[in-house]
Amino acid sequence: MSVVAGAAGPALLPRERRARLVRVGIYAFFALAVFVSVSTGASGTSAWATLGQWLRGEEMAVADRVVLFDIRLPRLALGILVGASLAVAGAVMQGLFRNPLADPGLVGVSAGAGLGAVVTIVLGGLLPVALRDMIGTWLVPLAAFGGGLVTTILLYSVATRSGRTSIATMLLAGIAIAALAGAVIGVMVYIADDRQLRDLTFWGLGSLAGATWTKVAAAAPVIILALAASPFLARGLNALALGEAAASHMGVPVQRLKSAAIITVAAATGASVAVSGGIGFIGIVVPHLLRLVNGPDHRSLLPDAAVLGAAVLLLADAVSRTIVAPAEMPIGVITAVLGAPVFLWVLLRQRGLVDL
Amino acid sequence: MTVEARNLHVTLGRRPVLHGVDFTAHAGQVTAIVGPNGSGKTTLLRALIRDLPSRGQVRLNGRDVAAMKPRDLALVRGVLPQAAMLAFPFTAIEVVRLGLQAGAEGWRIGLAQEALDRVGLGDKAHRLYQELSGGEQQRVQLARVLAQVPRSQRDGAPCWLFLDEPVASLDVGHQLAVMEIAADFARGGGGVIAVMHDLNLSAMFAGRVALLSDGRVMGEGTPEAILTDANLAAAYHCALRVNTAPAAGRWILPQSAAAS
Repeated sequence: MSVVAGAAGPALLPRERRARLVRVGIYAFFALAVFVSVSTGASGTSAWATLGQWLRGEEMAVADRVVLFDIRLPRLALGILVGASLAVAGAVMQGLFRNPLADPGLVGVSAGAGLGAVVTIVLGGLLPVALRDMIGTWLVPLAAFGGGLVTTILLYSVATRSGRTSIATMLLAGIAIAALAGAVIGVMVYIADDRQLRDLTFWGLGSLAGATWTKVAAAAPVIILALAASPFLARGLNALALGEAAASHMGVPVQRLKSAAIITVAAATGASVAVSGGIGFIGIVVPHLLRLVNGPDHRSLLPDAAVLGAAVLLLADAVSRTIVAPAEMPIGVITAVLGAPVFLWVLLRQRGLVDL
Repeated sequence: MTVEARNLHVTLGRRPVLHGVDFTAHAGQVTAIVGPNGSGKTTLLRALIRDLPSRGQVRLNGRDVAAMKPRDLALVRGVLPQAAMLAFPFTAIEVVRLGLQAGAEGWRIGLAQEALDRVGLGDKAHRLYQELSGGEQQRVQLARVLAQVPRSQRDGAPCWLFLDEPVASLDVGHQLAVMEIAADFARGGGGVIAVMHDLNLSAMFAGRVALLSDGRVMGEGTPEAILTDANLAAAYHCALRVNTAPAAGRWILPQSAAAS
């Protein structure tokens, strides 16, 4: 490569030039996913015909209007939010732990967030009425955020010693945390009444099926904040790849970066888990594919992961709605079928390179 | 302008490693920290860069290091670690560019390429770091530090390089090349502090030597004053002969007890 020494222009590396092209592809893929998501569904409603009627101000059939505006569009919005947030949470967590296998779903952060959600679903009735009214629909997302935050901090302090994160400790601590959360969730299920039990079951399947505008409104602010914060972490996470000490010597305020990353992961995971249950593997598969193609630079990885994560989740959701129509396959099944093999593949590629 | 440590104590676990070390390095020359294994060389370097909790004060260009922000430090001080890990598959030039973090020189690829050229790896800029040899990785890290502190002076004050065994995994040709880079940086007015195993390279390139033994400074001064038969024998617990020749400078040979 011939670069004029000291040239002022921010020339791009070959990998970065390719990443720009790839980004166009990702946006096209996202557009396709949106199209598929809005078009498909159990009812025979043609979303585009209905949308056309609405735009032309024509009379719509009540059923069509309900399907489009109260079922498919909130589901689309929720799918975009949750998909983007899961992928970005995964990428940020992998950067923080300096490990491509770190994922909120695998290391117990989702379980911790789930615990927060379940406890408030079952015991929320015990809160003072005034407080409950004040927090309203935010209660479950906030509790899930709290659960995710506590777990992430716990995990980081257990698995990281003097700037190095042990993969084995991290995964094992994650198993322990998930088991503990599972036990408490079990107790909650035991004492739940029938209506709460239905809420819990529905929630636990991991699905976008319950999407409503209320849920979108509850999750959107938290997720959008987390997504908007993530680009500011990018340079710091890049430097962190060389270890905490090296990052600090390069001028990165490491403690602040770590706190910000932990809060971002907890917020994104908590809000997603609260509205859609535990949907696994998006946070591993999406960043991993992007790193394979574009390299690990977080400045492009994080925004690309958001868009690709949204697209992948929308498509997985479309499959889950149609594969056994009119019934629904839980979306967690689809993402696991896609994601588990990729996880194993990452593990095998790492074997020999990394000392577990 | 100096890097100066006064009464530095470091305890690792329960074991005291440095016992009240005083240390001074001047800008404009290479200062070598030498001594046997376990004498506290790397510990001293890490205490100077505040990687380790320590008692005592470290001043850089007259400022208390503990009170400086990471970003301000990064502008005047680069640190080359002994063993560098890298979590993700960055290319060599991307690693070097990470050195531009502090933002002093923007985000320019030209500077990163220049730094790679300086360490003789210009043609491997786009290779993955993990696929390079140990010695090449070491030089990429040096290039990263050089990109971070591209000039030996900033606003009239000297910049500093802290090098932890910079030639440890290099062949003899690259050992010389790396030490030349360090000496060049010092000639430009900057300061270099290097932990060294190789006494001959220390004698050749250092303007000042600190000899450590058991967590104490045995002596600090010019190589001629410090690298003597008696000092080295006392520090390393073996016989060493320091030779001098007008053309070759000083060279140090270990003496086998059996052969003599």
